[in-house]
Amino acid sequence: MSAASGKLIKGATGDWETVIGLEVHAQVTSNSKLFSGASTEFGGNPNSHVSLVDAAMPGMLPVINEECVRQAVRTGLGLNAKINRRSVFDRKNYFYPDSPQGYQISQYKSPIVGEGEVVVELGGGKTATIGIERLHLEQDAGKLLHDRSPSLSCVDLNRCGVALMEIVSKPDIRDAEQARAYVTKLRSILRYLGTCDGDMEKGSLRADVNVSVRKPGGPLGTRCEIKNMNSISFIGDAIEYEARRQIEILEDGGAIDQETRLYDPDKGETRSMRSKEEAHDYRYFPDPDLLPLEFSEAWVAGIKAGLPELPDQKKARFIADFGLSSYDAGVLVAERESADFYETVLAGLADKSRDGKLAANWVINELFGRLNREGRDITGAPVSAAQLSAIVDLIGEATISGKIAKDLFEIVWTEGGDPRALVEARGMKQVTDLGAIEKVVDEIIAANPEKVAQARAKPQLAGWFVGQVMKSSGGKANPQAVNDILKAKLGI
Amino acid sequence: MTLLTSLTLAEARDGLANKSFTSLELTDAHLGAIEAARTLNAFVLETPDQARAMARAVDAKIARGEGGPLAGIPLGIKDLFATRDVRTTACSKILGNFVPPYESTVTSQLWRDGAVMLGKLNNDEFAMGSSNETSCFGPVVNPWRREGANTELVPGGSSGGSASAVAAMLCMGATATDTGGSIRQPAALTGTVGIKPTYGRCSRWGIVAFASSLDQAGPIARTVRDSAILMRSMAGHDPKDTTSVDRAVPDYEAAIGKSVKGMKIGVPREYRLDGMPAEIEKLWAEGAAWLKAAGAELVDVSLPHTKYALPAYYIIAPAEASSNLARYDGVRYGLRVPGRSIGELYENTRAEGFGAEVRRRVMIGTYVLSAGYYDAYYLRAQKVRTLIKKDFEDCFAKGVHAILTPATPSAAFAVGANLDPVEMYLNDIFTVTVNMAGLPGIAVPAGRDAQQLPLGLQLIGRPFDEETLFSLGEVIEQAAGRFTPARWW
Repeated sequence: MSAASGKLIKGATGDWETVIGLEVHAQVTSNSKLFSGASTEFGGNPNSHVSLVDAAMPGMLPVINEECVRQAVRTGLGLNAKINRRSVFDRKNYFYPDSPQGYQISQYKSPIVGEGEVVVELGGGKTATIGIERLHLEQDAGKLLHDRSPSLSCVDLNRCGVALMEIVSKPDIRDAEQARAYVTKLRSILRYLGTCDGDMEKGSLRADVNVSVRKPGGPLGTRCEIKNMNSISFIGDAIEYEARRQIEILEDGGAIDQETRLYDPDKGETRSMRSKEEAHDYRYFPDPDLLPLEFSEAWVAGIKAGLPELPDQKKARFIADFGLSSYDAGVLVAERESADFYETVLAGLADKSRDGKLAANWVINELFGRLNREGRDITGAPVSAAQLSAIVDLIGEATISGKIAKDLFEIVWTEGGDPRALVEARGMKQVTDLGAIEKVVDEIIAANPEKVAQARAKPQLAGWFVGQVMKSSGGKANPQAVNDILKAKLGI
Repeated sequence: MTLLTSLTLAEARDGLANKSFTSLELTDAHLGAIEAARTLNAFVLETPDQARAMARAVDAKIARGEGGPLAGIPLGIKDLFATRDVRTTACSKILGNFVPPYESTVTSQLWRDGAVMLGKLNNDEFAMGSSNETSCFGPVVNPWRREGANTELVPGGSSGGSASAVAAMLCMGATATDTGGSIRQPAALTGTVGIKPTYGRCSRWGIVAFASSLDQAGPIARTVRDSAILMRSMAGHDPKDTTSVDRAVPDYEAAIGKSVKGMKIGVPREYRLDGMPAEIEKLWAEGAAWLKAAGAELVDVSLPHTKYALPAYYIIAPAEASSNLARYDGVRYGLRVPGRSIGELYENTRAEGFGAEVRRRVMIGTYVLSAGYYDAYYLRAQKVRTLIKKDFEDCFAKGVHAILTPATPSAAFAVGANLDPVEMYLNDIFTVTVNMAGLPGIAVPAGRDAQQLPLGLQLIGRPFDEETLFSLGEVIEQAAGRFTPARWW
């Protein structure tokens, strides 16, 4: 499998290619920590979710939380990855007050999940396949607080020991857009699986980004690692800055130092954090307090059987069953909440094979459009899925026209209410009484003989008559009936 | 009347049940003995108030007919076991006055069964040592002396306080831990019985860790029967320790007196060391003869990788220790020696808090795990470990029920003999293989050296077959008799 080509960067000496690999740290959704019974709840007073194990009291021992293992396996299956039925926990030794044990329990040589892949959507309907190198389970660290005392640093161990999945991509990413699309897709898959809430603001999803540059097709360059990125757009910005920085150095005849860097979003630049020489020797070795993790094929199969439908499968189904465009289906499945909303609208429709596509248009154009303009998200939408189903039903069964439906949507958005009752109460029903429409058509034809002559000569001009009829019916005349009657009367 | 302190645990149990005396009387007798024996430095913390309170409570229970298997028995607890609300230091300055808000699983099972805690026993700092001289509370003195001499002798280590206290009749039994011989070597040097059960038989939860893959708790007592009684209460599965094994705990005492007729006992030729004292050789042969007389069949066996065990052990144990001791950093509990930066705080705290032997092992462990050396040291040592394990498996597969070896290469040596570290490490030569293979091993007193100091033999069993060790151990005990030091303190 070769990486999709990305956007090349023009330098003074020609084009450069960026090579990117990501290590994403995703906090596992679970009630308790990876090796202790303490709560994983976010927030809380400092050190209120800390067990004796988390605080590394003498003689305390870790016990694996099975739910975290299940979540990692679920995630591996969702990434089409190889599940390793035997994996080992190792200790990564380093001294820092956010790590009370003096080591982090992680997985080094034998991770729980091996190689997999993720297909990401790029602009212009293109896709790229990004390889997954591995996924392993490890403990999160505590948090240092430097603002509580003028002379001391404090440590909050609430987050200490919470389970993380480190998801390592292959260096298959070739530009900032692909990197953004990869993290977006990964986040979406995790949220569908319910294995990570993907909340980047709370730090539930963070990424270390490895960037190097090379002449297209040339040997790999020396990479720099940008640590702890917690925004998808910053990831893209940091890559673009870092690639240009490296190109400038190389074109000036310099060499890249392998180092760890930090991105400063205010200045839009990366800066050195520590060099390779300062890198820790973590002295990994298998944790003797924990047995290797082993599970059966049947156990994995059981988890696989319980997996929810993932975005790629859902998208394919929307296209096949309702004739959605690939783009529209992609928009609907990008976020689990959007897809769920659309599915609920579908479930409420009287005839979803007839109106499924219409419903998609309404969800995407009217609802998402309006939410976007108002800076709101789907969870707080004033129009419920049931209300939207009713509106689409009313259009589909020709009780109201699309135009009237927009007015109805506005009323439901601002005032609420049952759409069907509103249509009844406010007389918004489409006029389908052919006699009544015919009467209006006759009147307009009689009053405009010149237009009649023009329309007979040039049938495209008949549209003027349609507009007049709709206007005089207050928009409620059935457009199809108006068209048919007009055509007959005008003899076109 | 016999002194209450000179009873065996089994005798005391029966006396309590018959209401010949109360637990409070028994406890008071021991508290008095402890007070009179402070020169041995076996206890680092005496808890008389707690002991009497526990004794009174258990007396009330006994009166109601509710006593457990250890009802009213006063015990000493190695300071490596966390005891709730009672200072626990692992005999290291770095833990300072640490008082755990939790009780180790093993000790909580002893209290569940009615035992009484007399106090905390001295040990080598973090259980690292073979003479109990590395304790921050100073060395423990062996109640045994060479015939006609006043030289203070070591009780062995790291469970030196446990061994010394049991031999001197300051408690009826004691908890101990064994990572490379820390139960069996001090038992052998004090004429007591010590058993290290199969790895996973006792929970490690709440025991200050030295080397997690080797550490195992066990009892030291004055008779094989007493050790069997204690073993039953200490053993058992604990969901809080993933390495503990979910397996029913047998009635070990029932194995005492069981016939050993027809059992195949291996005598491993690799344990016959060059320059081994003749009296050790003689003791070993005597032990074999006693077992044979009891109907066992003695067979020569080979454990070919034995000579690599000690070097491999002194890579694996320090490697794990270097990581296990990283938590003692001055941040959350115990000693803190401030510095201008977090790095300085770590350095100052650990330099002052750890003694020389602990620092040496942390450095060795850090070295053997470091990038570039891991494969040459740690990984190779693990391969050796696998081979040692296989040696035993092959031997047991040939129908061998247990293996007989000397427990130590010599009798107790003088306090302050200043052995160099390698000489000191050689004390574990016969015992480390058992930890490396995770097997049970018992040390039973079997004779005396030329200076009338006790010597022990070791029996190594199949995994989870502690019962056979008790049966065989009792045969040796019956033949050799019991060994009690003359009181000089």
